Amino acid sequence: MATCNFLPDALCSFPAIGDQYIRETRKVVDDGFKGIVREYGYVIDAVTQPLQWFLNYFERLFTNSPWIVVLVVLLAIVYLGSRSIKITIGTAVAMCAIGMIGLWNDAMITLAITTVATLIAIVIGIPIGILMARSDRIQGTINPILDVMQTLPSFVYLIPVVVIFGIGKVPGLIAVVIYAVPPMIRLTNLGIRLVDKEVLEAADAFGSSSSQKLWNVQLPLALPTIMAGINQTIMMSLAMVVVASMVGVGGLGKNTLQAIANQFFTYGFMNGFALVAIAIIFDRTSQAYGKRLQKHSEVVHG
Amino acid sequence: MASHGIEIKGLYKIFGPNGRQYIDAVKGGMSKAELNATHGHVLGLKDINISMPAGGITVVMGLSGSGKSTLIRHINRLIEPTYGEVVYDGADICQMNANALREFRRHKTAMVFQKFALLPHRTVIENTVYGLDIQGVPRSQSTKLGQKWIERVGLAGFENHYPNQLSGGMQQRVGLARALTNDADILLMDEAYSALDPLIRVDMQTVLLDLQQELKKTVVFITHDLDEALRLGDKIAILRDGQVIQQGTGQEIVLSPADDYITAFVKEVNRGRVLQARTIMKPFEGGSDGLKLSGSTTIEAAAKQICEAGQTRATVIDPAGQPIGTLDLHTIISAMVSPAVNESAQIAAE
Repeated sequence: MATCNFLPDALCSFPAIGDQYIRETRKVVDDGFKGIVREYGYVIDAVTQPLQWFLNYFERLFTNSPWIVVLVVLLAIVYLGSRSIKITIGTAVAMCAIGMIGLWNDAMITLAITTVATLIAIVIGIPIGILMARSDRIQGTINPILDVMQTLPSFVYLIPVVVIFGIGKVPGLIAVVIYAVPPMIRLTNLGIRLVDKEVLEAADAFGSSSSQKLWNVQLPLALPTIMAGINQTIMMSLAMVVVASMVGVGGLGKNTLQAIANQFFTYGFMNGFALVAIAIIFDRTSQAYGKRLQKHSEVVHG
Repeated sequence: MASHGIEIKGLYKIFGPNGRQYIDAVKGGMSKAELNATHGHVLGLKDINISMPAGGITVVMGLSGSGKSTLIRHINRLIEPTYGEVVYDGADICQMNANALREFRRHKTAMVFQKFALLPHRTVIENTVYGLDIQGVPRSQSTKLGQKWIERVGLAGFENHYPNQLSGGMQQRVGLARALTNDADILLMDEAYSALDPLIRVDMQTVLLDLQQELKKTVVFITHDLDEALRLGDKIAILRDGQVIQQGTGQEIVLSPADDYITAFVKEVNRGRVLQARTIMKPFEGGSDGLKLSGSTTIEAAAKQICEAGQTRATVIDPAGQPIGTLDLHTIISAMVSPAVNESAQIAAE
């Protein structure tokens, strides 16, 4: 660079701290972290053990059952959720196609981890969302955390997860849940906060306790928004399941990762298709279900 | 259930974070504008003293911003008072703890709202039994009660509709049925009919008056419409800028408005439907033959009866049937066109 001829060296190439300082700092931090993880390894194991059981149970349930049983149950759920023949037939066609290209088992593994991650995200997300809606202070504390969680690129999640929990299905599951839970929390909070003040006042005027208000008024009226949150959570866990294959989650994501590494174009495409098909099934069904819940607001008097 | 009256004594409300601090200043005569300018607090209610009769309809009338909705929310304490007492059945509502207040709201009060405030995800019958749900009454029992009131307000057949499927007037009938099903002594109606169109409003007023005939609840009715106030109110309190500027019966307010503000209001009123025969009748002159009218007949109805009977005068009688005065068409007409009796008396004296 020509300008560098006229400038002092310090202004031209950025003065970094010496390599050895960085190396030492890294060593101290890494060792400290590893030490903590090693020291409290049994705590971490004890905490993650139930997740392991939960996940294994679902995986076995999905992969060991005969495909025809799984397919029928899935179609039944889709139909009961959406009450739409179109979506049900689409699901049947997509699942058969997945089976025919030999990805049934991998699809089941992905389905299992997505189901588990979504359930955990709902169980964690809704109560936190309710707490946030009740207090501005809690909202003020949790919002920045959610902001950070949502701005972090998904790969960056994997670093602390891998360091603390190691490699495997359960760390992958934890990463997926962390990635998928923010919309659940945010939309629960939003849904409850948007509940009509007049209706809440009426609930107060009739002497509702705060739990009666929550169950009779706030949650039912926030349900459409909460359903949108569940839909988002499902979509995000499907996306993250693919990324989490880097830390040892199996299924369609792992195949995609292999296809990328080895430039298997067709194989990658087939797995990608299977993922998209599952995503569409989940999305259509949960949206149709959400819409059906709002039946009461459809016929608006002019 | 025997009704109890509501006594509001020296009630103040100052909106803002430190309302209590300025109570003495306001008592010392600081005005609403001054309080807002110097301290940034808004004076909602100032020294309200109203005694609301048991088993009667008390109407609180005022224009928007007069504090009437604030006032009604002090009776079930949806708004915390800054200072003062609201006494019902010997207990000061302002001093109740959270539990007592919840019980009071559950069993003693029911409220009807201007914008209906129905639960959109519940059907008409489910909305109606809401108050009983909250009290913990089993559905098997509450549904029967709810059904009865749905029929009374004229909504039979709509039990399983959702509020969104009904018109405004029908939705407010649900609101009324919900309040009545609660079987509470106090019925609070916050501009309950203001959102309805005029014909339906009159219709709903009739529904309320008919129900009140048999229920004899202590009703507090908020409105900005003087005609509505005069039609419904056993007692009327007129609010302006958070203060009561006049209270009394409809006739008292129409005949002797306390200031120019009320005079301006009263000018537009149909006096024929407010003033009663006994108010404007002349002393009894003897000869009680011909048409007899009860003292509480409105003069419009009296005029109609006299004309239909082909007479020019009638005898006014008390409930015992004794003649107490005489009413002729000329007196009726001069009372119906403003200025009213006492003013014309003044003019005559000048």
